[in-house]
Amino acid sequence: MLRLENISWKLEDGRGILNDVSLEIPTGKLVVVTGPNGGGKTTLAKVVAGLITPDSGKIYLEDEDITSLDITERAKKGISYAFQQPVRFKGLTVRDLLELAAGEKLNRGHICDLLGKVGLCTNDYIDREVNASLSGGEIKRIEIATVLARNTKLSIFDEPEAGIDLWSFSGLVDVFGELKNKIKGTLLIISHQERILEIADEIVVIADGKVRTKGTAEDILPQLLSGEKAKCCERSC
Amino acid sequence: MNKITEQLLRSISDWNGEFKGAYNIREDGECAGRQSSENIIIESKKDAPGLVITIKPGTKGERVYIPACVTHSGIDDLVYNDFYVGEGADVVIVAGCGVHSTDEEAARHNGIHRFFIEKNAAVVYEEKHIGTGTSNGIRKIDPVTDITLGENAKLTMDTVQLSGVDFTSRLTRGVLEKGAKLIIRERIMTDGNEQAKTDFEVALKGENSGVDLVSRSVAKGNSYQEYRSCIKGQNRCTGHSECDAILVGNGKVSASPQLIAENCDAELIHEAAIGKIAGEQILKLRTLGLTEEEAEQKIISGFLK
Repeated sequence: MLRLENISWKLEDGRGILNDVSLEIPTGKLVVVTGPNGGGKTTLAKVVAGLITPDSGKIYLEDEDITSLDITERAKKGISYAFQQPVRFKGLTVRDLLELAAGEKLNRGHICDLLGKVGLCTNDYIDREVNASLSGGEIKRIEIATVLARNTKLSIFDEPEAGIDLWSFSGLVDVFGELKNKIKGTLLIISHQERILEIADEIVVIADGKVRTKGTAEDILPQLLSGEKAKCCERSC
Repeated sequence: MNKITEQLLRSISDWNGEFKGAYNIREDGECAGRQSSENIIIESKKDAPGLVITIKPGTKGERVYIPACVTHSGIDDLVYNDFYVGEGADVVIVAGCGVHSTDEEAARHNGIHRFFIEKNAAVVYEEKHIGTGTSNGIRKIDPVTDITLGENAKLTMDTVQLSGVDFTSRLTRGVLEKGAKLIIRERIMTDGNEQAKTDFEVALKGENSGVDLVSRSVAKGNSYQEYRSCIKGQNRCTGHSECDAILVGNGKVSASPQLIAENCDAELIHEAAIGKIAGEQILKLRTLGLTEEEAEQKIISGFLK
C-alpha cells in the first residue's frame, strides 16, 4: 500500500501546488488520478517517484517511510514511473533501455513479450535508437514498456494518453485493461480519459492541490460525467 | 611480435592469436607479420615506408587487417599505405593503431592512408585508436585519410578513439564521383588534458553523389576537442553532417561546420549540438534504479556505441 500523509509543495514564487494531500492507494488496484490541468496530479506522481521533494508530509510504501529516499532508492524499493513526456537518448536502443529497466540481459522472447504488450512489433523496434526518429506514440509505448520490464510493486503512468493519436490510444487502453488483470502490483495512472477512468478500480480527483473526492469508480465516474455535462450545459446557456 | 603488440591488437581489432585472411602487422615501424590472399595482395611500398594493398576486382566477403602498433616511447612512426580496390569488390578493411608509452619520451604513429576505390566497389573501413601505458610520455596518433570514390562506389568509414591518446589530429578528405557514397561514423572521447582535432573535407563532384558524416564526441576532464567539416556540393548531390558533443567536467569543444554549395541542386544539411548530458536523461535512468554515476556512464557508452 502507498500512503501519503499531509503532502505539501509549493513553487519558488510561493504558489501552492500540493496543499496538505493525504491519500491511500491500496495494493493490487488500478487507481486513476484525474482532475483539471494544473491541479497538481503530475506533481503528486513526481513526489511519489522522488523527482520532487515535498516541503512537508510523509510518504509510506508498505508502511516503510520512504520520504527521505532519493529517486534511485525508491526505484529499488519498487516504484516505477512512466514519464508524461518520455526522454529520448541518442545511442541507446530499445533493447538497451528495456535491459536497463529490467536490470539484466533479456532474451529476445522476453523483449518480444514486453513490446507485444504495448502493441509494438519486436523486429521493427528492438534495435531502434530511442531518439528523435520515433513518433510520439511510439516513444510513449516504449516508455510504458520500460515500466512493465521492471515489474515493480507500484507502477505510475503519467498521462499515458498525452501525445498519442486516437487510434494508438485505443490500443493503450487495452494494454492497461490487460495489465490490470496480469500485474501483481498496484497501477497508478494519471489520466483525463474516460476510457481509462472506466477501467479503474478507484478514482481520485485532485484539484487546486487537494483531493477533491475519491472512491470506487462506480461511485465517482457517474459524478464526474454528470459534472461535465452540467458544465457543458452552463456554457451553452 | 612482443606482448604489448598482442595486447594492443586485441584492443584495436578482432585479433585472437591470429588473423584469418590477408594481413600486415606493423610493430614499431617494422613488419611483424604479413600474409596476402589470392585476391588481396600486400606489398611493401617502394618509394616510402608503408604498403600497397591491391584488392582484385570482384573480390567479395574478404577482410584485410593492417594494424600498426607503437610499443614504447621514443618511436615516431610514419607510414604511407595505399589501397587499390578493384571494380565491384566488396571487402572489409580493418586498420587501427595502438600507441604505448614507456618513459618520458613521446610515442607517435602517423598513418597516411590513400584509398582508390573503383566503380561499384564497396568497402567498410574500420579504424580503432587507443593509447596505453602509465608513463608521462606523450602518446600521439595523427592519421590522414585520402579517399577517391569512383562511379557508384561506396565507403563506410567507422572510426573510434576512446582513451589514452594525448594528442590526435585527424584529417579525412574525400572526392566522390557520380553516384558514389561516403558514410562516416566517428566517435571520440577525451579525458584529462587530452586534445583531439578532426577535420573533414568532402567534395561531392559527381552527379547523385552523397556523404553522410556523423561525429559524436565526449570531452571529459580538462580535455579539448575541435571539429571542422567542409562539404562541397559541386553537382546534384546530398550532403549531411552531424556533430554532437557531450561535455563532462571542464571539457571544451569547438565545432566549425562548413557547407559550400556550388550547384543549385546540391542539398546540404548540417546539424550540431554541444552540451552536457540532459538532466531528464539522468532522471529517467534513475527511475529505472541506476545511480547518477551509472546513468551518466550508460548514456555516454550508448552515445559512443
